[in-house]
Amino acid sequence: MDVLQLLVSGLANGCVYGLIALGFVLIYKATEAVNFAQGDFMMLGAFVTLGLTNAEYLHMPFWLAAPLAIMIMAVLGYLLDNLVLRHLFGQSQTAVVILTIALGFVIRFVAGVIWGHEPQTLESPLAIGDIHFGGVVLGVADVAVIVVTVLMTLFLYQFFQRTKLGLAMQAASQNQMAAYYMGIPVKRVQGLIWGLSGATAAVAGILFASKGAIDPNAGLLGIKAFAAAVIGGFGSLPGALAGGLIVGVIEPFASRYFAAGYSQIAPYALLLIVLVLRPHGLFSQIRIKKV
Amino acid sequence: MRILFKTSYNDDIRLFPDRWTLAVYAALLALAFALPLLLDEFYLGEVTNVLIWAIAGLGLMLLTGQTGQVSLGHAAFLAIGCYTNTILIEAGLPFILAFPLAGMITGVVGAIIAIPALRLHGIYLAIATIALSILADDIIVLLDPWTGGVSGKFPDAITLFGLEIERWTMPVRFYYLVLAVTVICTLFYRNLLRSPLGRAFAAVRDSEVSASAMGVHIARTKGTAFGLSCMITGWAGALMGYYAGAFNNETFSLVISITLLMMIVIGGLGSIHGAFFGAVVVAFLPQVLSILKGAVLGGGVAIPGLETGVFGMILILFILFEPMGIYGRWLKVRTWFELFPFARKDMFRRQKSYLKTERLR
Repeated sequence: MDVLQLLVSGLANGCVYGLIALGFVLIYKATEAVNFAQGDFMMLGAFVTLGLTNAEYLHMPFWLAAPLAIMIMAVLGYLLDNLVLRHLFGQSQTAVVILTIALGFVIRFVAGVIWGHEPQTLESPLAIGDIHFGGVVLGVADVAVIVVTVLMTLFLYQFFQRTKLGLAMQAASQNQMAAYYMGIPVKRVQGLIWGLSGATAAVAGILFASKGAIDPNAGLLGIKAFAAAVIGGFGSLPGALAGGLIVGVIEPFASRYFAAGYSQIAPYALLLIVLVLRPHGLFSQIRIKKV
Repeated sequence: MRILFKTSYNDDIRLFPDRWTLAVYAALLALAFALPLLLDEFYLGEVTNVLIWAIAGLGLMLLTGQTGQVSLGHAAFLAIGCYTNTILIEAGLPFILAFPLAGMITGVVGAIIAIPALRLHGIYLAIATIALSILADDIIVLLDPWTGGVSGKFPDAITLFGLEIERWTMPVRFYYLVLAVTVICTLFYRNLLRSPLGRAFAAVRDSEVSASAMGVHIARTKGTAFGLSCMITGWAGALMGYYAGAFNNETFSLVISITLLMMIVIGGLGSIHGAFFGAVVVAFLPQVLSILKGAVLGGGVAIPGLETGVFGMILILFILFEPMGIYGRWLKVRTWFELFPFARKDMFRRQKSYLKTERLR
């Protein structure tokens, strides 16, 4: 039963990692870039919701504030692409990597100035208590996280496989010039995907804040989400979720069964092992070009 | 206006293209030597800090600017250099042996780590090195018997040719030591670029496919770049240990890795000048900010995260408007003067490029 409890709480944590990783994968799938600020996007989404709904700020009802926050983050993502990232259009991934790291710093700074550095809790209707399930205790927020994550992954997966826009996004990432020739408005498509990933980050942020307190450094969680995205292989949405779950489940087990110094390095050690054995993740999409 | 007229192939790889450049660098070196006479001890310490950061920047520049491999884990190699140096000296080796050896050991470790990392490229390498940087912290704690764990280590004063060198009591001597290492590393870097190996680095950066078509062994070249880069970084780490006076597992954190990478981007990727320009920004930004803050808000107001926030904003502006960094701007100004009055506006315009993926599905 002990094992089951660890497994379930690990799954709930893993879903948050998976949600952040989904944001990485979305942007990677459509622009071939990696948004190192995704964790900070998540933090910002959580704080925007908190600012809208908490009593000491605007005190809106949660079910109004949450969609509003998701929309604000989507617009923010779109604007960010329009105003900042578009200048880098067509340049190497390295430039985008460094730019987004810097962006993360700026977002963390701005959030700290607006909302302060003390940990705060979101007044969320999801944080109402626990469900007892045959000896396993599970918070309502945890259940919500799992359900929402699975639904989001399914929705985004279908979006990329079935809709015209999703296919256009994949085409735009694989060969920008060819996509132009096919009449795809590459830049607008990229703006949309940044908006979509902003919205995903907001969802992740709301769920994460419902599970516990947040502060401006919560975005560092993004590093663990990296591990998730890499294990799953960038560019695969189900892979991101699977990677998130693996990382999430390994953590509680490592801290339960390993010595104190070794437990926190488990996710990163796993990340390195995966990279050594399967350099492009478990769900690989890259093959080395032969000369 | 200056005219460079090349009459032999050797003109292309000369250390100094003409007498004027030689004179400029000689003057710069003379100024560096005379600096202890011109500055008081506090500012001399700051300049020493700039030089140490510049050495670390040169190390990362070799890998990122020259070979095109992004590393977000170079703080780990700073740590290896720092700890190796201290441990070797505690084991009884003289500084003159321990210090070079520390860099070489770091280089070997870097090359070994690079073997699996070579199969990665682009973002995967960046993420693997992030993991490395995080792991370094925990590994230092786990290796408590050697590294002193959380309580850290305090390096002893250096004894070199019978002279005692210590950062606080003898800042002038420490400055000259750092200056000597800086000059050696810079000359090493500059000469490396003139060698076939340096050309191979640039070829790998610009296109792996065409480099291997030209007979460059990609994996070996990247591994060598990693090793050499880590060697220089290790020396910088050892000096950083002496400069700080005390270090533990948190001294060389992920933030240092990121700062290092941002530093060379602000300075200008792929140029020696860039490492130095970037180091100046990194070392003096906190001071400038605190002076500005004091002037605007009055003293005593603390804004946490201000430094990193401003640093991030500066970096964003540079990437957007001057991707070649401070060195790129300097190059433009210099060219304008050299060609006066023939400089044209679009001389440095970049070609439009389109991204093409290597993903197949």
